[in-house]
Amino acid sequence: MRISERMKENVTSWLFLLPSLIFLIMFTLYPMIKTAYLSFFQSDLSTDKPIFIGLKNFKMMMEDEVFRKAFINNIWFAIGTIPTSVALGMVLAILVNRKIKGSALARTFFFYPVVIPMVSAAFIWLFFYTPEYGMINKLLTLFGAGELNLLGNSSTVLIAIIVMVIWKEAGFFMIFYLAALQNIPKDLIEASHIDGASKWIQFRKIVFPLLMPTTIFSFVIATTNAFKTIDQLVVMTQGGPNNASNLLLYYIYESTFRFMDYGKAAAATIVVLVIMVVIAAIQFFGTDRKIHYS
Amino acid sequence: MKKTPIVLALLLLFSMLLSACGGTDNKGDSSNSSGDTINLTWYYPVNVGGEVTKVIDGYAEAFNKEGIEVNGKKVTVEPVYSGNYDESMTKVQTAVKNGKAPDMAVLLSVDLFQIKDSIIALDDMINNDSEAQEMMEDFFPGFMLNSQAEGKTWSIPFQRSTVLLYYNKDMFEEAGLDPEKAPTNWDEVIEYGKQLTKDGKWGIELPATISGYWIYQALALQNGDGNLMSDDGKDVYFNTEEAKGALQYWIDLSKKHKIMPDGVLDWNTVPTDFIEGKTAMMLSTTGNLTNVKNNANFEFGVAFLPGKERLATPTGGGNFYIFKDIPEERQLAAMEFIKWIAQPERAAEWSIDTGYIATRQSSYETPELKEYTESFPQALTAMEQLEHAHKEISVYEQGKIIKILQDAIQAAINGDDVSEALDKAQEQAEELLKPYQ
Repeated sequence: MRISERMKENVTSWLFLLPSLIFLIMFTLYPMIKTAYLSFFQSDLSTDKPIFIGLKNFKMMMEDEVFRKAFINNIWFAIGTIPTSVALGMVLAILVNRKIKGSALARTFFFYPVVIPMVSAAFIWLFFYTPEYGMINKLLTLFGAGELNLLGNSSTVLIAIIVMVIWKEAGFFMIFYLAALQNIPKDLIEASHIDGASKWIQFRKIVFPLLMPTTIFSFVIATTNAFKTIDQLVVMTQGGPNNASNLLLYYIYESTFRFMDYGKAAAATIVVLVIMVVIAAIQFFGTDRKIHYS
Repeated sequence: MKKTPIVLALLLLFSMLLSACGGTDNKGDSSNSSGDTINLTWYYPVNVGGEVTKVIDGYAEAFNKEGIEVNGKKVTVEPVYSGNYDESMTKVQTAVKNGKAPDMAVLLSVDLFQIKDSIIALDDMINNDSEAQEMMEDFFPGFMLNSQAEGKTWSIPFQRSTVLLYYNKDMFEEAGLDPEKAPTNWDEVIEYGKQLTKDGKWGIELPATISGYWIYQALALQNGDGNLMSDDGKDVYFNTEEAKGALQYWIDLSKKHKIMPDGVLDWNTVPTDFIEGKTAMMLSTTGNLTNVKNNANFEFGVAFLPGKERLATPTGGGNFYIFKDIPEERQLAAMEFIKWIAQPERAAEWSIDTGYIATRQSSYETPELKEYTESFPQALTAMEQLEHAHKEISVYEQGKIIKILQDAIQAAINGDDVSEALDKAQEQAEELLKPYQ
């Protein structure tokens, strides 16, 4: 009797899941399998029909200087953007969480980069970074740094893009932290206050641990963003100069839509997919036990 | 009560399946020739500012009213906006692969070798049609260069451009230079540039992103009597003395002569720099004429590109292609439309509306264009420069090879050895072209 009850519940649940499952299979699972399949074929402009070549796409990709550059750039890009934008989001949230005059205004300011589309933001920053009259350059000249063509030099372009992305993302994480902060029970803070805990101890022992679920969530989002947002490259650098700001997804985009080399693009997609799955697994399984979910 | 969730879930699923199936019915008779009409599909890109789609829709409407017939069937055209050039190319390729090729498309003239298997050569059609012959003879010869390969004609010029030298007459005057005299050769560029560079303002800017390779090709053409590739698109010549000299000159402008900002300059910010008065000269496409005209609050001039061994510019822009996997009468109908839109008066109108160079020589005899060029003589310079026009770089594996070339240019600008960068580019390009030889 009990078993059949549970069966029934199970069936019901699955039936409810089915609609979204169908979409998931159609638009996520099927393309993934198809991509994996395509990555074993040579399918480009020189071939009429795809030719099976086994792992040659992967081998050629590893030998491709541009791919290696994009790969390394992407790692630096991730290291540069993820921790900073999440930490900044937390700091901003704590700052604007106080009941002071103008905190609503401050929240709006910090959040507005999130609202504008990436392409518009990239266009604004393209001109910020322009030598001579760009805002960044005017600031730099003020401090005596002289004219710098930040987007035009291999050594500075990636940093310039990282700074812009942090500006764009920090506000996004701030909103999540803000919600989390407001969910922390006031009595906990009060109790610790009565026990004589300093602000720092309060933060370290109460606030920070209770923010942990938000932090993990933010890290996951930031990580996926580091691999999936490339709008700024299309607008600002096209991966240049000489691939100094090329990232994996832009490499895939170019391979597909500019070079029509579908086999190579599929192989690169698989690489990104594997990276994402590994990172997500580490984040979920590695840290799950340490989180306090209230 | 217990049953309601199951029923609900089933209902939801059922309605979804229904809506998913609904879309597949009643399709097919809208876009094909049905009965007495041939409705052509025309993919076109927009690559300049302004309301080009409106102009195009207006043309289509006017054409559909004309009542032109092929085999006793009325020809109409349906323009489909397909994004920028890259996106249009992708859409066309996808459509062709799925057996749903459009009837005609405007694509980059240099993309010929990328789609040659999907399009038809137009020679037979032209030879059987005196109107078409007349049209072909009236196009500026410079614009026909990229249409031809292997002794055949593959495409028909539509929205075409060249590289131009833009200069700020006010800044020339301030620097004590004659505002009516632009530099005519490389040495003069350096000489003028040194006088113009001061107070945080630069002498000249050359963009190295997006179409930067095209600007570079202009320099390479000027520096000798060859081009960067063979006519059949199967060979490239990136590491000749002329090609290396051209890149060295580019880099010397900033590193040695200090008349151009250091580093890679962006295709989109260079025109803004010019409009803002931050650079006295720039090399850019004729496509920016209207933009500069509308936004510059100073007197500006345009001139032929300064020469070295010779005056030279590559052409650029988009051509009409007619596709292979469609019935012959549709191909003929497409030709009728192309003939209609390429009429001298319409080409003149198109030039005035967009800033592209009118493709027909006789367009410049029409009252509209005469009046326009009188009030805006800069538009005439671009046309006159066509005498020195050369084929734009166009090869098999166009996309990859252009990237290789552009990467080499950017690497050299960022301090890599010019000779080594171009040798490497040559080697990589040769490797890619091997399957086609």
